[in-house]
Parts: sequence; C-alpha cells; structure tokens
Amino acid sequence: MMNAITDAADLSLMYLARYREAADRWMKETPPVLHRNRETAIREFLRQGIPSKKNENYKYSPLQPYFSWEYDFQHSRNHVDFQLNEVFQCDIPQLDTVLMLVMNGWFHSLNSERYELPPGVIAGSLEEIAAAHPGLVEPWYGSLAEPAEDPLVALNSAFARDGFFIYVPRGVRVEKPIQVINLQEAEHDTFVTQRNLVIVDPGAEVNLIICDHTLNANRYMVNDVTEIFVGKNARVDVCSVQNQHNRAASVHSVFFRQERDSRITSHAVTLHGGMVRNNLKALLNGENCEANLYGMAFIDRKQHVDNSLQVIHAFPNCQSNQHYKNVLDDESSGAFSGRIHVLRDAQKTNAYQRNNSLLLTDKALMQTKPQLIIEADDVKCSHGATVGQIDEDALFYLRSRGIEESRARLMLMNAFSYEVVQQIAADPLRDRISELVDKRLRGDVARCHECAYRCDC
Amino acid sequence: MKDQDKVLKEVTQGEYKYGFYTDIETDIIAKGLNETVIRTIWEKKKEPEFMLEFRLNAYRKWLKMKMPDWAYLKIPAIDFQEISYYAAPRKKPKYESLDEVDPELIDTFNKLGIPLEEQMHLAGVAVDAVMDSVSVKTTFKETLAEKGIIFCSFSEALQEHPDLVRKYLSMAVPVGDNYFAALNSAVFSDGSFCYIPRGVRCPMELSTYFRINAANTGQFERTLIIADEGSYVSYLEGCTAPMRDENQLHAAVVEIIALGHAEVKYSTVQNWYPGDKNGKGGIYNFVTKRGICRGKSSKISWTQVETGSAITWKYPSCILLGDNSVGEFYSVALTNNHQQADTGTKMIHIGRNTKSTIVSKGISAGVSNNSYRGLVKVMPRALNARNFSQCDSLLMGDRCGAHTFPYIEVGNKSSVVEHEATTSKIGEDQIFYCNQRGISTEDAIGMIVNGYAREVLNKLPMEFAVEAQKLLAISLEGSVG
Repeated sequence: MMNAITDAADLSLMYLARYREAADRWMKETPPVLHRNRETAIREFLRQGIPSKKNENYKYSPLQPYFSWEYDFQHSRNHVDFQLNEVFQCDIPQLDTVLMLVMNGWFHSLNSERYELPPGVIAGSLEEIAAAHPGLVEPWYGSLAEPAEDPLVALNSAFARDGFFIYVPRGVRVEKPIQVINLQEAEHDTFVTQRNLVIVDPGAEVNLIICDHTLNANRYMVNDVTEIFVGKNARVDVCSVQNQHNRAASVHSVFFRQERDSRITSHAVTLHGGMVRNNLKALLNGENCEANLYGMAFIDRKQHVDNSLQVIHAFPNCQSNQHYKNVLDDESSGAFSGRIHVLRDAQKTNAYQRNNSLLLTDKALMQTKPQLIIEADDVKCSHGATVGQIDEDALFYLRSRGIEESRARLMLMNAFSYEVVQQIAADPLRDRISELVDKRLRGDVARCHECAYRCDC
Repeated sequence: MKDQDKVLKEVTQGEYKYGFYTDIETDIIAKGLNETVIRTIWEKKKEPEFMLEFRLNAYRKWLKMKMPDWAYLKIPAIDFQEISYYAAPRKKPKYESLDEVDPELIDTFNKLGIPLEEQMHLAGVAVDAVMDSVSVKTTFKETLAEKGIIFCSFSEALQEHPDLVRKYLSMAVPVGDNYFAALNSAVFSDGSFCYIPRGVRCPMELSTYFRINAANTGQFERTLIIADEGSYVSYLEGCTAPMRDENQLHAAVVEIIALGHAEVKYSTVQNWYPGDKNGKGGIYNFVTKRGICRGKSSKISWTQVETGSAITWKYPSCILLGDNSVGEFYSVALTNNHQQADTGTKMIHIGRNTKSTIVSKGISAGVSNNSYRGLVKVMPRALNARNFSQCDSLLMGDRCGAHTFPYIEVGNKSSVVEHEATTSKIGEDQIFYCNQRGISTEDAIGMIVNGYAREVLNKLPMEFAVEAQKLLAISLEGSVG
C-alpha cells in the first residue's frame, strides 16, 4: 500500500486518473452545482501541478512528499455507527455547543439535542443541501475559492463531494457555538477532500469551533476548502483547533468575503500534526470591515506548520489585524507568510501584522515572510516579525525569585502564547484552549480529558 | 491641500539634469550576442586565456537560464540581440595627465560635476571613471601605489595582476548565480579593480563614476574589491546616462571580498536616466552586488541612494562566513513617475556571532512602484546571530505603490532576528506644523523627506551625502500627498 511515487508529473497524472475513475459517477450522483467547475478545476490542477519548492506560495512547504503515497479515496458516504454523544466528547466545560460530525470529509451527523438551532438556520451536509435547496448554494459555491490561484483549491474543487454547510438567515444570532468535529478514521491510508460552505446573511451572527482529529495511525492527507460569506453588519467567529497525529498532512484553505460593517475573528490553534498548512484569505469587500486573524502553533519532533494569510483591503476605512505565534521544539519547522494587500483607493486602511516565533532548539527552523503591498497612500500599515528565544533576563528574574528553571521557562512560554489566547472571546473556550496549550507546552498529550479517543498518537 | 498638490507636482516633475549626450568617437561592435561576439570582446581586450574560458562558460550557462520573473516589476521583453555589447571611446585610455584626455570627455565630467582635476586634491578622492564600460581615467594612482594599493580599471588588472583577479573573480557571485550575473560574466567589458593590502587603511575615498554614452549599447561593468587582512577602504560609485527615448540595459556585477578584520564600505548614488514623465526611455538597471565576509571580524557595509533608472532590480548582499563578521545595508530608494524599483538585500549568516543591520527607506511618488525585498537567513551553525531590519515606506500621491517582501529563515535557537516595517504618508499635521512656523510646503516636504532618509544619508561619505540630498530634492520636486 505504501509505494512511494517520486516523479512529480506522474504524481499529478495519478490524481487525474483518480479523477477520471470517479467523474462519471459524480455526474450522476452529485447535484449539478457541485460539478459545474470540476473540469476546469482539474485542468487548473494539472497546469499548476503539485506544489514544489519552486511554487512561491509553497516555498516553505513543498507538498510533493505528502502526495507521493498511495491513498484510498472514499467516494461515497460510509455509514459508520457512531454515537456522537457517548463516545466522542471534545467537550468544553460550561460551553454548550451544537455538535456536527464530519468523517473523512463526509458529513455524518448533527446533534442539536442539547440546543435547538434558531428557526431558519440550516446546517448539515453540503451535498444534501445542494440537492434539496440548490438556490441556496448556487450563487455562492466556488465564487470565492479560485482554482487558478492554488493547485490545492483546484484539486479540491475537482474532487469535492461533501462537507458541512451552514446558513444563518438575516438578523439571526446563533447563541451557542456550532462545533464541527472533523474526524479521520479509515482502514487504509486515505486522501480526504472536504468542501464546506458558510453563508451568514446581513446582521446575523455565528460562532464556529472546528476541531480536527485523526483516530488511528493510518496516513491521511486532508485537503479541505471552506468558503465563508459574511453579509453586511454580520459577525463570524471561527476557532479552529488542530490536533492530528504525526502521519497526517492537512491543507486547510479558508476564504472569507466580508461586506460592509461586518466583522470576523479567526483563530487557528495548531497543537499537533505532521504537516499542517493553513491558507486563509480574507477579502474586505465593503467599507468599515474588521478582520482579526490570530494563530498559534506548538509543535515538536519533525512536525511542520505553515500559516499563509492574505488580507485584501478593497474598500476604504477597514481595519485588519494578524497576530501569529509559534513555539518550535525539537526538529520541527514553522513557516508564516502574511500578505496585506491594500488596493488603490482603499484609503484610511489600518492594517497590522505580527509574527513572533520562539525556537527552543538548534534544530528547529522558522521561515517567515511578512509582506505588504500598498497601492493607496492614506493608510497606516505596519508589520513586524521576530524569531528568537526566551528572554534570558526574564528567566533570570523568575529564577532569582526561587522559581526553578523548567517552571520559569514554562511560565514564559505560556505568557508568550497567552497574548494570542486572550483574544478568544468566549471565556470557557479560552480557558479550554489555555489549558490545552499549557498541557502541550508541558509535553503532555493535549487531549480533552473526557475523550475516549486518543487523537494524538 | 490644493497648494500641497501643486507643490508636489512641481517637485515630482523636476527634469533629469544629466541627460546630455557627448559626441565622442566610439569603437562599437555590431549588435547581437553569440560566441563570436564574446571572442571578439576577449580579443579586443587582449585578456589572458582563462578569461575566454570564463566568459564562454558564463555564456553557455546564460543560454540555459530564463529571465527572472519573481520581482514585483513589469519588465518589457528585452531583445538581447538588439544590443551592442561593446562600445569604447575611440581614443584608447592610458592617459598620463589630463591634457591628453579628449576635451569632450573632460567636458562631460565637468557637466557631471565630477571633481577630476585639482578639486581632486582638495576632495582627496581617487576616481576611476568608466564611460560606456571602458575605464577612461584613474587618478591618484601613484599616491595609492606607495601604500601598495592597487586601484585600476578591470582591464588593466587583468593585464598586470591576472593571478589576483583569477583567484577572487566570481568568488562572491558565481558565474551562474542569476540571469544577469551570467550575462555580465559573459560580456563585461571593463570596470574597476581594487586591492587593499594587509593592514593598510586606504587614505582616501576610492570612487568610480559610470556613464553610459553611446546609443543602443548596454553597459556591463564589473567591480572587484579585495580587502586583505586588517585593511579598510571606503568605495563610492556614481552613475548617470543621457536622456534617450529607448531603454538601455545596465547589468553590472560588484564583488567584495573582505578577509579577516577587514572593513569595506561601499556607497552608491545611482542616478541613471529614469525615463521621462510618461515612462518613455530610461535605463533598466539589473545589478548583482554581493560581498563575502570571509575572515573573522570582517565587515561589509552597503549604502545606496537609488533615485534613477526606469527599472531597478538590485539586492546588495552579504555572506557572513567568518565568525563575528558584520553586514550592513542602508538604502534610500526613491521612485517617481513611471519608475519601478524592486530592491533590498540578502544577509546570509553562516559564521558564529555574526550581526547584520538592514535599514531601508522607500519613497514612492507619481505612479511608481517601490518594493523592498530582502532575505535574512541564519544557518543552523550560525550560533548567536543577530539581525535587525527596518523597512519604512513613504507614499506621496494616491497612484503609487509601496511594497515589502521580507523573507526570514532562522535555523537555530540562539539567534535573534527582528523585522519591522511601516507604510505611511507625510502627515498633514507635520506639514501644518512647518507651515505654521513660516516654512513653505515645498521646503517642509524637503525637510521631512530628508529627515526620513537621514538615518541612511548619515552613512554616506560627506561629498556623497550632499549630492544625495540634492538628488532627493530634484527627484521629488513637487511631491506631497
């Protein structure tokens, strides 16, 4: 099952073959909206190829090694008997959530027993909803994730079958967060494609918590794309907690489009994972938008985390913040690429970007690319990046007060990450993340304590 | 605001003052590039055997390479067969005194304000002037020779010190390093060569003035500076070109080799013809500059004021190989009208305790685009490396762009790398403050820009700093947003 294939061109052709095998079936099975772009998308994928070091956007995370395994593709829904409540509890004390389960890229179930979703809110499987309410999906699907810009988005658009879908109608505030649990559990090494769509109408509000887990030691390659449309004066919070094992590779691409007066907050918390690449693109498509993008990664061994962000200011009077922190141990490597693009006439833009990284060993590697592209003159844009180590003076200060070195280091690392953790608005979630981070920094397995699964093996 | 705009306009629309053309007989070879042309250049220059090998090797590598497209520049297609690769003033160099120099040439240098004659003694600057890629005048040779300093044209160095050239040539910039470096290695016609012997502190500033004169030629010069152990030299470079409607190509290579405890300070005031207000004409400036701090505690410092050229593609870099070595990069890049600049530096930390500082100030006006692109790379063995980078951009007008593309790669835990960048425009409050104190808007802009660039201008040697300040004022004539 594990024949490594090395030639890059052969590799993309192999994915083309996989596509051809299944395409006819998809034409029959999937709602038309999902396959209207497939052919263009697969051509785009072939044109761009699997990203190597020579692809500027993937310079620090060449994906060829992860594609070179022979994966299974799961082309249909696998009905697993899975009692969400009983077995799997990524619970957060004092925080009731509406749970959604997605397995290997297929929407599995929604558990809204504890809390009813407000009337009008539609949540469920993308494929089913695209079939039942095509009018709801058609105007949005694929309008933000452009296959020509990224080969992984192209591959996803070609292979997309299912994922989660959330629609929040005008003026509705979903009080309880919706928690999406993405599980990977298959008998063989598996390539997972997941496509998600979130539509938030004007004045609506929703919080999403997305947790990624792998449930067994097989090799997984996850390629998911999420398009999030934020209407006028709407508000969306997304917190994604990534906790996968060392043999998992995942590329998450999240696209936001904001209309005027809207506000988004995004947190990407990477606790564990063999290779994690987070692409995030926020288009501020109206005046007076605000985008707050935060992230943190705590990795060790040979793990690799790459956060790649693009914030596009297309209209005046908008504000954006990016703040990403990394703690890198052992031989791990981190990458950050942030781009603020202020288009012509997007005056009075206030854009800020910061990336701080701590290297704990001499074998850890951090590569960062904070970029500004400014085409308007009345703007305030700044960025900063630092790579360094724990401040020796601070360490000395703590030690001189009788705190042993290992503990002092832990305190300082916690303090380092807390700057980002504290931006999480919901108290219970913040406490939980803070606890997970603390555990992670101690070197304990970072898993929710009541969970029966070990998602960190 | 109206007033400001008007002043801005006037400031940004100042004319290029070095746009004259000197009618000097030129020895020019036919357009085109092939192995025969390279042999011709080699023969004309009567170079040693190894240079033919070197040039042909570079040419063959170049043929296999592609024009780089990663910079944030719109580069029109360049037809490399439409360029003449060798143009030299007919009357061959070897001047003993100024009387022998073509009066037209002297006139040219006077127009440029280059102190070639007695002023030289006052200024204490030794000049090597390169016109259309051939070195025409080296002053102060005797004074320098007393100290054992070799400062001459590259051709002379090849005749008289072939071993030195052979030893150090392409040490910092390998033949196949990049497209333009390969092209330069294949066809370069002349340039400057400088060797400072062990323990010698060069008593004066060394200076090279580059001038493109002939039409349809490219300028490909090569500078090689070697600072032996414990030596010090400060080197200046200036450049101008006539105003022409067509674009001209300039692809130079500068290599600096600093051995143990040596220090080299390299300053550039780049003022090639930037093209007219509508973006017609101008020089395409594709330059590879790199220094290696080979020895312990050596230091290389780049200072540049970039105001000219239609397109600038230039990344003066330092390879910090020796332990405790230091690299510095100070830059002011100003773009106006349709100019485009993608410039910055690379600091490669290899030795322990190496330090680098990057200060880059970009100013964009008109419809120009100005980018900073830099790499700070700390190799795993470069323990305790330290870098600080600061890249600021100033925007004047709402049709220009300022961009920043830093790359930072750190491979060990004991190193500290910091980067910060800001983008802003001249504050209305700042101008108001000056106006209120009786300073006109135009002067206020000049003051603010000079203040903004001061951190870099301060690093320039005296004579150059004055010239650079004037240049900033000329290039910006008329610009507040």
